[in-house]
Amino acid sequence: MRWIWLDGFTAFESGVRARSVKNLSLAEDHFAQHFPGFPVMPASLIIEGLAQTGGILVGEKLDFKEKVVLGKVLRAKFEREFLAGETLEYDAEVLMIRPEGSTVLGKVFCEGKCEAEVEIFFAHLGPSWSKSDAAPAGNDENFVFSSELKSFINQARRLDNQAKAKAGSV
Amino acid sequence: MASQDEIFEKVSATLVEALNVDEDEIRPASTLTGDLGAESIDFLDIVFRLEREFGIKIPREELFPEVAEGNNPEFMQDGVVTPKGIDELKRAMPFADFNDFEKDPRMTEFSNLFTVKMITNYIQDKLARGGR
Repeated sequence: MRWIWLDGFTAFESGVRARSVKNLSLAEDHFAQHFPGFPVMPASLIIEGLAQTGGILVGEKLDFKEKVVLGKVLRAKFEREFLAGETLEYDAEVLMIRPEGSTVLGKVFCEGKCEAEVEIFFAHLGPSWSKSDAAPAGNDENFVFSSELKSFINQARRLDNQAKAKAGSV
Repeated sequence: MASQDEIFEKVSATLVEALNVDEDEIRPASTLTGDLGAESIDFLDIVFRLEREFGIKIPREELFPEVAEGNNPEFMQDGVVTPKGIDELKRAMPFADFNDFEKDPRMTEFSNLFTVKMITNYIQDKLARGGR
């Protein structure tokens, strides 16, 4: 199973803020059971999407030398459920980056309105973790920023460069 | 300068947030792992919250040092910390109470040094030195 819970980045400001988009498609398997006839996106998968958005934001700032893993959900508040057919925007803002860990404030927007807020704490696992039991055998050395996520990373960098060029031309 | 009671109150409030425990569960002698259910990831969260709450910088491993078996046989043998090892720990953690640990210096007991009182002592000392 592919573990990607966002569709792409729409904005990226290195070390500051990122925005991604997630279309909730009825074709996603989990909607069949969650729940039959009432397809609600599980909040845990929304948090995972926010964590992937925020994790790439933090990881990029650290030049992907650290493995940025979701350590703890510090706070989560959802105003409503999100159903198949809706488009969510995940906004991640860096609150703090330290060598050992970081915190990110994630917000979920739907049709321009903020509908959920989640504060996420990431632990940074240093290079010694690369060869540890936690790293799946045969995969990329950095098991967090795997090849699947790298396409997003390139997209994020492109958006950041575009934003910088635009700022420079004003 | 904050009194020890004021520091204890702020430390308690920090632990309530970080560990999702009730304030009345927190006593000075409460151990973070045994009594309050802290897991390894919580220690880093607690450090960051204390830094914010008290406006100080806590260098890595200063408050919660990590001790691994096998690093130095002079300090630890067969899972038991040697008297020399205890002296070394006392130097690294002057804010901890070693009375119980000296009676039973097994490594499995090491985490019981991490008490609410230990954090309070550490913060008080840190603030007295101007946060350094």
